[in-house]
Amino acid sequence: MTYEFDFSALLPYWREFAWGALLTLQLSALSTVLGFILGTLCAIGRADGPRWVKFLVACYVEVIRNTPLLVQVFIVYFGIATLGIRVSANMAAVIALVVNVGAYTSEIVRAGLESVHKSQLEAADCLGLSRPQIYWHVVLRPAVERVYPALTSQYVLLMLASSITSQISAEELTAVANRIQSDTFRSFETYIVVGVIYLALSFVVRIALGLFGLAVFVRRRKLGTAL
Amino acid sequence: MSAVVRLHNVHKSFGSHKVLEGVSFEVGRGEVAAVIGQSGSGKSTALRCINALETIEHGSIDVCGHAVHDPKLDRRSLRRDVGIVFQSYNLFPHLTVEQNIMLAPTCVKALPKAKARELAREVLARVGLEAKAENYPEQLSGGQQQRVAIARSLAMQPKLMLFDEVTSALDPQLTGEVLKVMEDLARGGMTMILVTHEMAFARKVASQVIYMHKGKVWETGPGSMLDAPKTAELASFVGSGL
Repeated sequence: MTYEFDFSALLPYWREFAWGALLTLQLSALSTVLGFILGTLCAIGRADGPRWVKFLVACYVEVIRNTPLLVQVFIVYFGIATLGIRVSANMAAVIALVVNVGAYTSEIVRAGLESVHKSQLEAADCLGLSRPQIYWHVVLRPAVERVYPALTSQYVLLMLASSITSQISAEELTAVANRIQSDTFRSFETYIVVGVIYLALSFVVRIALGLFGLAVFVRRRKLGTAL
Repeated sequence: MSAVVRLHNVHKSFGSHKVLEGVSFEVGRGEVAAVIGQSGSGKSTALRCINALETIEHGSIDVCGHAVHDPKLDRRSLRRDVGIVFQSYNLFPHLTVEQNIMLAPTCVKALPKAKARELAREVLARVGLEAKAENYPEQLSGGQQQRVAIARSLAMQPKLMLFDEVTSALDPQLTGEVLKVMEDLARGGMTMILVTHEMAFARKVASQVIYMHKGKVWETGPGSMLDAPKTAELASFVGSGL
């Protein structure tokens, strides 16, 4: 049995593919930024907060890390609807992805926070800095710098995992592909093209995060050494 | 009485281990007090208590008008008056020398960036390191890092400076350059308390030497007391150090 590839049938859909790729990037970028903020706050809460905060964060992290993303997406989507709040599928997708990646981020950043020696906090404390100032100026940057490769992998993974949100008909690359393959009956070709686009998007995300790292970690850029 | 620091009958233990057992001493304005003693004699702990890095169980500590033993102590206002330099420098590795120094004045005193930079250059000049402003800590020798740590503390214009074995991690040459900076500070009238193993420095610069032994102040006096110890413990401590 031979299969005749016919990619030409997909050519008229190039705008849709491009549009889908753009939506995926937007979805992932927003989720990455919000997820990083949520995860970092959780990591700080777990490292330095009152006991009830530590407990709450621990529960959140364990629940998220031990349930499937698809189920989380459905729970958020239908949960919000049940509460009587009307949000778009894309908004529900962002919320679900943020909640998901926030848990993973918090574990990664926690490892970074633990790598900052206590004497650094003591020195900053003795200079009269407040707790938030100490975290912002002294702890966070070295902490994030040390775990930045792990964070980068996590956010590439997030971009790829965002394909799952096509299940709640969020508009992104995989949802677009589902529509195109049902229009053209060229399923194999469609998903090959989508696979290649995801591969390219992964490079884009890695490069973007790499450039961001260069901009933020000035010492590393100038000296080229690890902290 | 113009004592800047007054410890009275201070007790402190870690678990069941008693580290300070009734420590009392006073340090006046412009005085340089050298706290000496064997490892485990409680001298570093006493210094850390002065800056509220440790809480005490009993007794009182008054520092620049702050009741440090009071549980309601405003730690941040105490920290504005007291600078401390540690054995391990504790510079912030991701910031340049200048940024290390500018951080506290801009954060704590809300000094504008330009003013803080001026101040940083000024204190760096005092420790002889103007040329290193743009460098990162890892590019400096241990002695230079410690001088930056001193400059960082000076930038907050403290009324009292504490030095916790600041030369213990340095070789003799680097030790010399740090001690010279400290001597200049002392000559400039800074009130200083230093925990040190540098007997020659204590003898030469200190206006008061405090010998601690087994969690107690065993003997105090001017630098010359090191030449004529009254107690057998100090005699053997000084003897072993030579």
